[in-house]
Amino acid sequence: MGIEVRHVSKTFGQFRSLDDVSFSVASGELVALLGPSGSGKTTLLRIIAGLEQADAGTVLLEDSDATHVNARDRGVGFVFQHYALFRHLTVFENVAFGLRVRPRGRRPTEAVIQEKVHKLLALVQLDYLGKRYPRQLSGGQRQRVALARALAVEPNVLLLDEPFGALDAKVRQELRRWLRRLHEDIRLTSVFVTHDQEEALELADRVVIMNQGRIEQQGSPEEVFERPATAFVMNFLGSVNIFHGRVEDGRAFLGPLAVDSPEHAGQPPQPATGYARPHELDLGRADTGGGLWARITDLNTTGAVVKVELTDDEGRLIQVQLGRDAYTELLPTAGERLYVTLKRVRVFLKDEKP
Amino acid sequence: MAGYVSAHRQGSATLPRRRLTEPALVRWTLIGIALAFLALFLAVPLVMVFSEAFAKGVDAYWAALEDPDALSAIRLTLFVAAIAVPSNLIFGISAGWAIAKFRFPGRNLLITLIDLPFAVSPVISGLVFVLLFGRRGWFGPWLFDHDIKIVFAVPGIVLATIFVSFPFIAREIIPVMEASGTEEEEAARVLGASGLQTFFRVTLPNIKWGLLYGVILCNARAMGEFGAVSVVSGHVRGRTNTMPLHVEILYNEYNFQAAFAVASVLALLALVTLVAKAVIERRLARSLAAHDETAAPESA
Amino acid sequence: MSKSNRVLPGFRITMAFTLLYLGLIVIVPLTTLPVESITMGWTAFHRTLTDPRVVASYKLSLGASFVAAIVNGVFGVLVAWVLVRYPFPGRRVIDALIDLPFALPTAVAGITLTTLYAPNGWLGAPLARHGLKVSFTPLGVTVALIFIGLPFVVRTLQPVIEELDLQVEEAATSLGANRWHITTRIILPYLYPAWITGFALSFARAVGEYGSVVFISGNMPMRTEIAPLLIITKLLQYDYAGATTIAFGLLVISFVLLLAINGLQHWTGRRLAH
Repeated sequence: MGIEVRHVSKTFGQFRSLDDVSFSVASGELVALLGPSGSGKTTLLRIIAGLEQADAGTVLLEDSDATHVNARDRGVGFVFQHYALFRHLTVFENVAFGLRVRPRGRRPTEAVIQEKVHKLLALVQLDYLGKRYPRQLSGGQRQRVALARALAVEPNVLLLDEPFGALDAKVRQELRRWLRRLHEDIRLTSVFVTHDQEEALELADRVVIMNQGRIEQQGSPEEVFERPATAFVMNFLGSVNIFHGRVEDGRAFLGPLAVDSPEHAGQPPQPATGYARPHELDLGRADTGGGLWARITDLNTTGAVVKVELTDDEGRLIQVQLGRDAYTELLPTAGERLYVTLKRVRVFLKDEKP
Repeated sequence: MAGYVSAHRQGSATLPRRRLTEPALVRWTLIGIALAFLALFLAVPLVMVFSEAFAKGVDAYWAALEDPDALSAIRLTLFVAAIAVPSNLIFGISAGWAIAKFRFPGRNLLITLIDLPFAVSPVISGLVFVLLFGRRGWFGPWLFDHDIKIVFAVPGIVLATIFVSFPFIAREIIPVMEASGTEEEEAARVLGASGLQTFFRVTLPNIKWGLLYGVILCNARAMGEFGAVSVVSGHVRGRTNTMPLHVEILYNEYNFQAAFAVASVLALLALVTLVAKAVIERRLARSLAAHDETAAPESA
Repeated sequence: MSKSNRVLPGFRITMAFTLLYLGLIVIVPLTTLPVESITMGWTAFHRTLTDPRVVASYKLSLGASFVAAIVNGVFGVLVAWVLVRYPFPGRRVIDALIDLPFALPTAVAGITLTTLYAPNGWLGAPLARHGLKVSFTPLGVTVALIFIGLPFVVRTLQPVIEELDLQVEEAATSLGANRWHITTRIILPYLYPAWITGFALSFARAVGEYGSVVFISGNMPMRTEIAPLLIITKLLQYDYAGATTIAFGLLVISFVLLLAINGLQHWTGRRLAH
C-alpha cells in the first residue's frame, strides 16, 4: 500500500478540521481528494506530507509508520498550491535544491546533479528555461518547475495541493492532460487536492470526497458520479434539481412527482428529498403521468447540449439538459408549457442532509 | 512605536504617472511652500554644518580630526557600533524567525515590547543603566566589590547603545519575513533541507534587503546616539568619549570650528545612510513586488 | 488559521533567545524606574513632581512638543501631498532628505540649529533685527523639536496618500464636486486617522528629545529647561531619587502615547481595509 491514513483527527482551535479520517492509496494510484473549501482536504494532504501533525491517528507510507517522521525524512514530493518556488534561485537551481542539500555522504556529484536536473527539466518540457528565474515564467511553467523540483528527490509518493488552482481555464485543461500522461509514464503514487469536481473525475483513478472533516464517499470517478452515497456527494458533483417530499411504502412523493423508491421500502413514512441531474429529466407535450407542468423561462441552445430552465406553477426552478437530438425532435420555444418527467431520481431521507 | 517610522513604501520612486488634478498655479504654490519649509528646516542646517566645519580652511578641518582626542572618539564610536550592531542583528534574526514564522499567544505583545526603546527618552535609556550598575544601583555594591566598572565606562556606553538601537533590525525583518510566508521554507524542508540549510539557502536570500536596511538604520543610531550615552559615559576625554560627546565638549569649549569638523563626519555618515536607505528601499520594494508576482494566481 | 508550525525548526531556541535578550536589555533595565519610584514612597515622589522647577520643565517639554507637532502636522500634510502627487525636478532627492532628522545625530542637529539661530547666525541675525530671539528661548526649543519630528507626519501620510484611490476622486468629480469639495469632504477626512497617528508620533518623539534641544535651549531653570535635561541635572547632583521620579513621570507619558499610537494604527488599518 502506498499511503495509509488511519483514524486521523485534527483541530485548529475550535475548528474541527479532520474527524477520524481513514483511507488508503495503492502503490502507483492517482487519487483525488475532492471537497469544498474548509472540508479538511488540504490539511489531510499536509498531514500526509508531515507539514502538519495530526492530533490523533497514524500515517503509513510504503507500509511503515511515518506518523512521527519529520517532513524532510518522509520521502514525499510536495507541490504547493502557489508552487513556493525559491524566488532567488534559477529554475535549474530550484530543481537541484533537494539534491544539493543532502548530507555530504549522500550528495550526488555535480555531474550527476547536472544530468539529473536536465533530464527532469526535459521531462516537464522546460529544459530551455533552466537559467530563468521563477518570476520570468508563466503560471503553467512555474507549475511544472514545482513538479520537477518535487520529483528530483525521487519521492515515494507525490502530493499536489490544488495543482491547477492558480491557472486559467485553458492552461488548466492542457496541464491536466499532460499530468495524466506523466502519471501513466512514471506510475508514482500520487494524491492531489482539488475543489473542482470535473478535474477530479477526469484525472483521478479514484476520488475521495470530503465534507466538514469527514470522508463522504470514495470510489472510482464513475462510481461516485453514478452512485453517490450521500446527498452531499450528489449535490457536489454537478448541478441537480432538488424536490422535497416524503417516502411511504417504497414510493417517494416529491411534490407533484411520484417515483418508486424500493431502497426505502422497509422504512416508516418520513420526509425525504429527491435529486435529479438536469440530463435525467425529460420534456414532453403530453401528460404521461408522474410528472409536472412547467413553463420555459430560459432556453440556451448554443452548446453541445441544450439547457432549458423552467418554472412550475409553485415557482420551483427546474433545470433540464436535452441532447441535440431530443431538442430537434421537440423544438421547444421560450414561454411554452411543457410536461417534465423524471428518467431517474435518487431519494435521500431528510436526515442525510447535503 | 514612538521613535521612528518604517519606510516600506513602494510607490514614490516610480510614481508621477498619476493624473494631476489641481491647476498649475495651485500646484506650484504648494510645491513652493513645501520646498521653502524643507529648505529652512533641512537643507540650510545641513549646508551650515559643512560651511562651519571648513570656516577656517581645510588645514584646520584636518587638524580637528587628527587631534588625538578626536581620533580616540572615532575609535570608540566604531568599537561601540561594532558590538551593538551585530548583537542586535543576531537578536533581530532570532526574533524575526520566532515571530514571523510561528503563531503563539502573546505575539502582538512581544512585538510591542520590542518597540519599547523607541518610546523611551534617550536620557531615560541611559538613566536605567545607572540605576542598575551605578555606585548606588541595584548591582552597584557587588560590582564595586569585584572592581568591575560598567557605568561611566565603555561597557555602559555599549549597553546604552544596544538599548537605543535595539528595535531597528528586528522591526525591519519581521514584516519582510512575514511577507515571504512559510511556503518556501516548507518546500525546502520537504526536499530534505536541514534547519540551518533552510535558513541560509532560502530564508536569508529572501530577507537580505530588509536585513541590510535594518542594519544601516541601526548603525546610524548606534554611532550617532547622544543622550543615552551622555548619561552613562562619564565624559573622560580620550577614554569614554564617543564622537557625539566629543562634539559637545568642543562646542561647550567654544571651539566651534573643531566641533563642526567632527560633526561634519557624523553628518556625512547620515547622508551615506540616507543614500543607502533610498537605494535599498527601491530594492526592497522590488523584491516584495517580485514575491507578490510569483505568489499571485496568474495565467500562462 | 492559527498554527504552530512544527515543520520549521528552531522555534524554541529563537524564542528563548529573543525573550532572554529582550528581558536583559530592555525589560529589566526599565523596571528599575517603577520599582525605585515605588520604594521611595509617595511623599517623596509627590514632592519631586510638584516642585515648581519640575513642573515648569514638564510644561515646557509638553507645550513645545505640542506646538512643534502642530507645525509638523500642517506642513507634513503639505509636504507628503506634494511629494506623492506632484512630479517636480529633484523630487526623489528631497524625498530621501526627509529622513535626515532620523539619520543625523541629535548632537549635530543641536549645535547646528543653535549656531543657525544664534543672534549672529545665518537666520538668527535677520530675525534678531526684527526683535525675534530664537536661540536660548522656548521658541528655540520648539524649532529644534520641529526639526526632530518632521519626518513622522510625512512618512505616516505618504503611503496613505499613495493608496488614495484616484477613482474615488473621479467619482466625486462625476457627481459634480469641485476640487475644494473633494479636498475637504473626501481627501482630508480620509487622511485624518493617519494624520493623528503622525501627529502623535511626532509629539511622543519630541517629549523625550534631549540632544537637539540642550544646545539651543540655554537651559535656564524655570524658563528653558526641558524635563530630560532636568533628569541629567539631578543625576549630576547625585539626586538619584529626583532623577528617577522625573524620568518615571516622563516614561508614563511616553507609554500612554505609545498605547494611543498603537490604538490609532489599529484604527487606521481597519479604516483603510474598507
